[in-house]
Amino acid sequence: MLKSFAHIALLLSCLFFSACSDQVSYSKGVYMLVDTSGTYTTELTQAQRIINFTLAKLNPGDTFVVARVDTGSFSEKDIVQKQTFEDRPSMANQQKRLFREGINAFIEEVKPSAYTDITGGMLQAIEYMNEAKSGIKTILIFSDLKEEIQAGYNRDIPINLEGYRVIAINVTKLRSDNIDPVEYLDRLDSWRNKVESGGGQWQVINDLERLEPIFSS
Amino acid sequence: MSSEIFMIVPSAFFSGVLWFLALVVSLYLARTPAHYSIRALSRVIHNAMRLSAHSIMHAEQQLQQRNKEVLLAQGREASERIIEREFDRIEATVRRDLAEYPAIHRMLTEEIDRIDDDYKDSTEAPPNPPGWIKAVEAVAKIPSKGDPMVANILEDIHGSLQKANDKTLVEYRKANQTRHSYLKNMMPHWRKVLNLLTQVEKNVSSLFTRSTTIDRHMDEYEGILKRTDHSEQMLSSSSMTQFFISGIVLAIAVGGAIINFHLIARPLSEMVGGTSHIAGFQINTVSALVIILLEIAMGLFFMETMRITRLFPIIGALNDKVRVRLAVVFITILTFLACIEASLAFMRELLMEEDAATRAILRGDNVSIVAQSSYLWITTAAQMGMGFILPFALMFVAIPLESFIHSMRTVLGVATVSCLRLLEWVLRLGGDIVKFMGNALIQFYDFIIFAPLWIETMIKHRQDQHGPLGSPEQSHAHTDTNIRG
Repeated sequence: MLKSFAHIALLLSCLFFSACSDQVSYSKGVYMLVDTSGTYTTELTQAQRIINFTLAKLNPGDTFVVARVDTGSFSEKDIVQKQTFEDRPSMANQQKRLFREGINAFIEEVKPSAYTDITGGMLQAIEYMNEAKSGIKTILIFSDLKEEIQAGYNRDIPINLEGYRVIAINVTKLRSDNIDPVEYLDRLDSWRNKVESGGGQWQVINDLERLEPIFSS
Repeated sequence: MSSEIFMIVPSAFFSGVLWFLALVVSLYLARTPAHYSIRALSRVIHNAMRLSAHSIMHAEQQLQQRNKEVLLAQGREASERIIEREFDRIEATVRRDLAEYPAIHRMLTEEIDRIDDDYKDSTEAPPNPPGWIKAVEAVAKIPSKGDPMVANILEDIHGSLQKANDKTLVEYRKANQTRHSYLKNMMPHWRKVLNLLTQVEKNVSSLFTRSTTIDRHMDEYEGILKRTDHSEQMLSSSSMTQFFISGIVLAIAVGGAIINFHLIARPLSEMVGGTSHIAGFQINTVSALVIILLEIAMGLFFMETMRITRLFPIIGALNDKVRVRLAVVFITILTFLACIEASLAFMRELLMEEDAATRAILRGDNVSIVAQSSYLWITTAAQMGMGFILPFALMFVAIPLESFIHSMRTVLGVATVSCLRLLEWVLRLGGDIVKFMGNALIQFYDFIIFAPLWIETMIKHRQDQHGPLGSPEQSHAHTDTNIRG
């Protein structure tokens, strides 16, 4: 009787495993847009800390991309570093170290841009992440969210952010925000509306201590 | 609007009174069929519940009988196994000890022969008197009558005799010394004989002890065969104890398996990757689980081939040669898996160090501080040791598992019987409650229409005084009798 039971259990488990071999992606994808416009370049050491923190939190199989936001960001050329980490943890560790070195080099030689095309960067992020097929997709925007589009660029287009979590980090207040805080709040609200109307989730994190929970999910 | 249809007269109070009167009259007129319906309904429910209770009682008795059969069969099997083991031990003792008995017997005979020889050699032989002593005596009796020559001869003879006597005495003493040396030589032989006899006594005593144990087990076995209540109670109690003890041991084993799992799950991602998923679980965790289950299975089969457990009768029924070969195969696979686990534990430590170093680099800390620690070898060695030992420790899960499975049948049977008994009691109680509720409802019905009933009783009383026959009250009483009957 026990033998029959063992056979049945084995058969059922085989069936179960073959049936449940899921194709759902459990990997995380993080696309970080780093604002390099004007005076915000002084904040890049902060960006470096966040990048290192993100690298430490990502696991094998996850994807991490760092792209700069400049005059026209809807371009692969603005991608500074990109990496889908290997399955093997030891290889992933090596890739993280190389990634960090690439970022360090970028921060040392970055030059400020004249305009800030955040929307173009987001479009590029969506395009890249959709190709990467990550399970949990996050776009980190390291910027003061003050978008300045060069004349002739059309960025007034709807963005499909279904399944995306957009997190604005280190949204610094500009001098004009200090004079009129409504301007700052309006800027945040405008981005919230833009993201939520596109089906995404919006979050602002100014205290970097609160970054931890976003990678635990 | 809806309440207005109940207004017979403009006054709500009077409308209510009228409605109540109408209801009472209706109830009075419907009294007999209403009583009949209530009684019939309560009786139907009561009977249905009693029937169900009876069926459950029947099922409970059958289950109890089955439990008894299972318990006695298990007890019989266990007793047979114990008795078989005892006989095996006796056989081994007989083979080991009594097979040597002819040799011991031969040694004893040889020792006794030697003792006998020594004894014979040590017997005292009185010294023979010299042959010429009688001649000397005759010469000594010659009267000398002062003859100096005779006196000289006699003195010479005396001297010779003295010398012969001394020589004999020396020889006698020498012979005695030799005899004593023979007796002395007998001592080790005696001791050897004593040791041999002690050994024989010990062997025979162990057989006696075993035979006493077998007698006890045989008594229990006979009790089981006779299906005595005492045997059943004893086995039931034993099953409960076994169930809880084996449950506790299995819980401990599960704890060990969890530790083992955490030890190998992470380094396995280096081999099979950690990004693919099966049924929502990472493939490295599934692999770790499979390895642990394989180890448990190998351990289980090894225990089975060693005839320590009997979960798979087909393995136990194999001939000894095949069984021993299988045991070697299983223990080899288990050792191989244990070695793999030890290597994985080592790799785990390396990966952890590398992770720590990477995190330190990303934090901007000094990597050399993280990487170099003089105590790291202790954790590495401990992890490797655990990785090697835990599979063998898990092998012994087979013993409590067997007890758990066997005792679970009894425990589940007893629990099911208790549940059925409770259900039967609830059904009986429910049936009785419904029956009495029916009677109570009839009484309440009559209470609502107490006024017409009172009037009816009065009329009946008056008619009884005048003596009419065929009154309505008689028909009511007649119907009631029929229903109650």
